Amino acid sequence: MAISLKVNGQTRSVEADPAKPLLWALREDLDMVGTKFGCGAGLCGACTVHIDGNPARACQTPIGEAQGMAITTIEAVAKSDAGKRISDAWVKLDVPQCGYCQAGQIMSATALLATTPNPSDEDIDAAMMGNLCRCSTYVRIRAAIKDAARAGAKA
Amino acid sequence: MNAPILSRRRFLSASLVAGGGLLFDLNIPLAGAAEGAPQILTAFVRILPDNRVIIGAKNAEIGQGAKTMLPMLIAEELDVDWAQVTIEQTHADQKIFGGQTAGGSRTTPREWLPTRKAGAAARAMLVAAAAQIWGVAPATLKTGSGKVSDPASGRSISYGALAAAAAQQPAPDPATLTLKDPKDFRIIGQSIGGVDTPAIVAGKPLFGIDFKLPGMLFAVLETCPAFGGTFKSANLDEVKALPGVAHVLTIKGDGTPESLFDGVAILSTSWWSANQAREALKIEWDMGAVSGFSTEGYAAQAAQRLKGKADGDIVRAGDVDAAFAAAAKTVSAQYDYPFLAHGTLEPQNCTALFKDGAIEIWAPTQNPESGRGLVAKALNLPPDKIRINFTRIGGGFGRRLMNDYMVQAAAIAAQVPGVPVKLLFNRQQDIQRDFYRPAGWHGFRAALDKGGKLTAFHDHFVTFGKDGKPVRSAEMPATEIPAGLIDTVLLEQSFLATNMPTGWLRAPGSNALAFVTQAFLDEVAQAAGKDLPTLMLELLGEPRELPRGPNAPPFVTGRAKGVIEKVVAMSGWADRGKLPKGRGKGFAFYYSHMGYFAEVLEVALVDGMPKVATVWVAGDVGSQIINPMNALHQAQGSVIEGLGQALAGQKITQVAGAVEQANFDTHPLQRIPDTPQIIVEFVKTDYPPTGMGEPALPPVIPALVNALHAATGKRIRTLPIVPEMFA
Repeated sequence: MAISLKVNGQTRSVEADPAKPLLWALREDLDMVGTKFGCGAGLCGACTVHIDGNPARACQTPIGEAQGMAITTIEAVAKSDAGKRISDAWVKLDVPQCGYCQAGQIMSATALLATTPNPSDEDIDAAMMGNLCRCSTYVRIRAAIKDAARAGAKA
Repeated sequence: MNAPILSRRRFLSASLVAGGGLLFDLNIPLAGAAEGAPQILTAFVRILPDNRVIIGAKNAEIGQGAKTMLPMLIAEELDVDWAQVTIEQTHADQKIFGGQTAGGSRTTPREWLPTRKAGAAARAMLVAAAAQIWGVAPATLKTGSGKVSDPASGRSISYGALAAAAAQQPAPDPATLTLKDPKDFRIIGQSIGGVDTPAIVAGKPLFGIDFKLPGMLFAVLETCPAFGGTFKSANLDEVKALPGVAHVLTIKGDGTPESLFDGVAILSTSWWSANQAREALKIEWDMGAVSGFSTEGYAAQAAQRLKGKADGDIVRAGDVDAAFAAAAKTVSAQYDYPFLAHGTLEPQNCTALFKDGAIEIWAPTQNPESGRGLVAKALNLPPDKIRINFTRIGGGFGRRLMNDYMVQAAAIAAQVPGVPVKLLFNRQQDIQRDFYRPAGWHGFRAALDKGGKLTAFHDHFVTFGKDGKPVRSAEMPATEIPAGLIDTVLLEQSFLATNMPTGWLRAPGSNALAFVTQAFLDEVAQAAGKDLPTLMLELLGEPRELPRGPNAPPFVTGRAKGVIEKVVAMSGWADRGKLPKGRGKGFAFYYSHMGYFAEVLEVALVDGMPKVATVWVAGDVGSQIINPMNALHQAQGSVIEGLGQALAGQKITQVAGAVEQANFDTHPLQRIPDTPQIIVEFVKTDYPPTGMGEPALPPVIPALVNALHAATGKRIRTLPIVPEMFA
């Protein structure tokens, strides 16, 4: 059946089972592969997107339940002020190693910065602990979030 | 040093390409290649009329930084600005590009000289072209920022403008090329970000899982839960009738994990649909004897074997029995560690298109040529009918040195000619179809004389093997320290049988052997009334070189001493007695992948589990850190990964021949709150640079357990560390 999804400000129609996870609708039906498959169980955070501004695991979100909600993915995250600052800090500090988890990390970090402009280490731990990085880039993830927060304070 | 003799023409050719650009094909002999056969490195450099420089990156990028580092070496000697450079990934073909394996931290030592020579050769031809145009001697000219300049007249010309003239130059004799003095480096030694970082941050398709072809089908492949089980029957027609299912295919394996096990593949226009349909699949397997293997069984057998005689010696030196009989004091302990999975965050995948008797493959592989051989055998194809393209790799860690996913994708694609197929493992399959870091058990004994000197060392290593030989990555070298440093040593081994496929996990062998040997030596040091750095410095003795076989540089005791002294100074080791009760520092040293690493770690128990506060790392990887930022990142990642192996609860267990763990809840990784402060310093010594992908990992695990002993009095001899150990 046709499901209407609002992705990155555009309304897109997907012909698929309403139980299909948003992750796979993005990757297979909408050809947006920036959102990554890691575990399929909400354990790794690689598929993190924003739904109505909140971080959500796209692998655990059936498209039937995401209808009408505002979905933001890595492809458009840098259009927001927080997303731009996070993305810029990620490049500046060269956060990625293999890079596979980083879309999810950036989505979680952006959601944190949008609600908590000056996050403490504890805030960062709480917001980011659902996102695994197998290369263990955690030192730079923490530093980049703080760098992005400082960039916001200056603006 | 069996470098082939090459003609100058073969060494370098320059030609004009469409649009007026200049293409250098550089063929550099690689000396002393560990693989034995002489190898040729082909590098390509394209200089465009607008002076942009395109450099081919020939190795797989797994997050180790090779895609950035190798072009840095060429750009330095070519004498261009990094901002001019664009990097293009090559395809995989060892006949053209030489070794392209990303493994063993070998890329840096293998390519440090030849890749720079490639850049220097191209520069020499550009200089010769400018000299001819201006009628001056080449030696009077200078280069920089992609230009040749003549200091005498003040004129200069861009490399791009020299294309036509450079293409006419005779190739230089490789022996006459001079490389830059390191003090003149402008790119090497700079912190340069990963070339793909902006694309990663923007969510661009880069990885194997992102690759797409028109009309592509997605595949899942179900194989027997117990490794080696064979296919009997399945409800194939029932699954075929499910929505979205395009094909259900039986795959006949050869029974080897490296190539193919029997299986059933489900193909669909949607991977999600294929994976859903998989749940309806009911397969009857013939488990044969493989269902008899279990973790409990291995542990019971190992305990039994440690009480008896070993199967054979690894190394025996001096009179071990006499030394123990004469000892003033002996120390003994048993250590063990579990199987581990790799858990790359990008699950194993591969895309293949079989058409007209040839196959094209897009693979996240660390080791393409091995895959080519396996696919050729499985499909009965000539190797030149197999084209392998690299994708970026969402984590390697040694998992993708194996190419099982490539053979599987090829075998599926061969059944649907003309249709591109992408095989993708789900997470459960990724964890349950791995090539595991093997478990191991060690029975140690050490003899001390009255003065507290180590006089003999004995390890009975119970490992996995077949036909009297260890299985992949289950070896212990005869040079395992303290072997080679004392006169009386016995390292011996016994083998257990297993159906578990085993493989290389980052710092293979070393990630386990460092734990057991450096933790036991910490016990020995205490029995001798000293600390481990002191014992290690005594064992290392005077600066000298100890041979490590024909394909490896010698172990230089002075370099080991250098990093030990450095980390002792960095970490305030001497003041560790002033730490508050419940906090402790531990030390370890390990040499692996040509890198010398000493580490100190500070830990305390928080809520009953170890919380690591700080890790100090001193490393010696030679005279030059090529990309300091990346070297730091590799060291940090290695340290956290090592801590994960000890603290996150990682342990692969087997029941009835099959792996029990299925996802990151049962095989966890470190998470951001587990990240300590990590302080890294390099000791520069006058040796060629070596790799940073692995050697910082092994010492962190023994440093942790030694620190836990200092903090709590508990001696950890089993991994992973669990709260019950401190109860």
